[in-house]
Amino acid sequence: MSEVNANNIIDLIDISKTFGDTDVLLNFNLHIKKNEFLTLLGPSGCGKTTTLRIIGGFEKPDSGQVLYHGEDIQDIPPNKRNFNTVFQKYSLFPHMNIFENIAFGLRIKKLPEAEIRKKVTWALDLVNLSGFEKRKPDSLSGGQQQRIAIARAIVCEPEMLLFDEPLGALDLKLRQEMQHELKKLQRSLGITFVYVTHDQEEALTMSDTIVVMNEGRIQQAGTPVDIYNEPKNRFVARFIGESNIIDGTMLEDFKAQFAGREFICVDSGFGKNEEVDVVIRPEDIKLVPPDDGMLRGTVTSVFFKGVHYEMTVQQGDINWLVQSTVSENVGDTVGINIYPNDIHIMRKSEGDSFTQE
Amino acid sequence: MKKRLSRLYFYLVLLFLYAPILTLVVLSFNNNKSRAKWGGFSLRWYNELFHNATMMKALWITVSVALIAALISTVIGTVSAIALHKCRPRIRKALLDVTYVPMMNSDIVTGVSLMLLFAFLRIERGFLTLLLSHITFCIPYVILAILPKLYGINMSVYEAALDLGATPFKAYTRILIPEIMPGIISGFLMSITLSIDDFVISFFNTGHGVQNISILVNSSKKVGINPANYALSALMFGAVIIILLIMNFKDSKRSNVQ
Repeated sequence: MSEVNANNIIDLIDISKTFGDTDVLLNFNLHIKKNEFLTLLGPSGCGKTTTLRIIGGFEKPDSGQVLYHGEDIQDIPPNKRNFNTVFQKYSLFPHMNIFENIAFGLRIKKLPEAEIRKKVTWALDLVNLSGFEKRKPDSLSGGQQQRIAIARAIVCEPEMLLFDEPLGALDLKLRQEMQHELKKLQRSLGITFVYVTHDQEEALTMSDTIVVMNEGRIQQAGTPVDIYNEPKNRFVARFIGESNIIDGTMLEDFKAQFAGREFICVDSGFGKNEEVDVVIRPEDIKLVPPDDGMLRGTVTSVFFKGVHYEMTVQQGDINWLVQSTVSENVGDTVGINIYPNDIHIMRKSEGDSFTQE
Repeated sequence: MKKRLSRLYFYLVLLFLYAPILTLVVLSFNNNKSRAKWGGFSLRWYNELFHNATMMKALWITVSVALIAALISTVIGTVSAIALHKCRPRIRKALLDVTYVPMMNSDIVTGVSLMLLFAFLRIERGFLTLLLSHITFCIPYVILAILPKLYGINMSVYEAALDLGATPFKAYTRILIPEIMPGIISGFLMSITLSIDDFVISFFNTGHGVQNISILVNSSKKVGINPANYALSALMFGAVIIILLIMNFKDSKRSNVQ
């Protein structure tokens, strides 16, 4: 567990926040390192936006500390904090043209006109919208408006940029394009990005660190690969991608029992005969001829999903979700193989509260 | 046939609505003191109007009260609307109901109660009390004109302004006020017309010879109305029409943009 540290730009310590009767955040701890792309990921109502708003200064926690480079900034209003936010609804100023929108923060800082002009031009160029200076926000498409909102935030040269589901309103293709651009931007600017989303794919694509949240608590924090391959609990496993989660027993180190037989796995450190959750990703299940399989089941449904087929294979009372580029026929008997590397064991009790590692 | 009938009906309605005003306008150009005889076209009454000191003074008072009252009530109304908008819904509802009482009240109740208040406070009736009473009844209309604009604003622009370093005051003056400007302007124009229009409240709250046009016309009724009044009324009607046209033009221009 990492603590307050000189490399952290923001530390949230024991933050609690209640709206009415609901606890939005409960003894929440978060440490944001300099120059990382950190994503707060979770379903709606999990407290991710509230966390972002507390960092931005738009919301005050009921208790706990917000540290910026180790100093408490709770009483500093948003206009005095050296971060900028890209809002969910773009929030461009409708009565100003694009130039004035981007120049707003610079004008507040009272920079000389020539410098403002230079910086606005630079920012517009950065988001590939040079030449849009004279346009009004409502004459731009959603994607363009979002880029302007990003340019408007970046031009202030903040130490950290906060993003509140900025791509939520864009269509899939545009969203994917913007994801790559944002990642590129973060690398080239070398500043900290804190990004809020409910879209797990978006989080996996862009982040250095993903913090999975649910009901005001951190479920797991780590790199995208860790989070995907080694979810700590059912919630994370379910939320990040699709998975088969099956009850099992850990017989001893590297040996688990589930689905009616023993499997070799790579997990250790569990108690003897401890009840566990076994997670197997649908793309890790191999379908083979019936006699070659470790398990045997019947195909009950097949759906074509574009990249792969999604199939359900019934084996006893377990319905395995399987993804494969080769389709089977409904009603066929197939063999199922699961290899040690693809088995992930989770403790049953895990799922309450986690601090970030 | 049906279409023709409905068209006829429409023209009849227009005729009934505008016949009195049309009569007034026609009579204002009548070169004869009699209301019954047409003495030919003339600008005689307009000429007399501009040379009649009492009437010009009344016009001056009407216009200055209207402008000052509209200005002050627009400022107070704008600030109030912004404050109301920031209130919690339940408190806002209560405050709004209180605000609308003077609007719903009959003029005579407002007029008499203001008069009593001024008497109680020992403020001598005159220009100041006239102005204060007009400000009082204009404020609710300004609030009513501005609040819907505030509801229509995406408040995250306010947060965006703060986020970009603006103080709350600057966020209001640079971002929110320009956004609700159409509401502020229509509140201002509405105040002007309401103020010019008012007789009952003015009647109870003026004194010391301070007369606006409506009071002057009312008092001259006893001795026979000077036809210069027709000219004045025609001019005021024209002014109101122009204000209305401006408001409409602004609205349609805005909706065209959207």
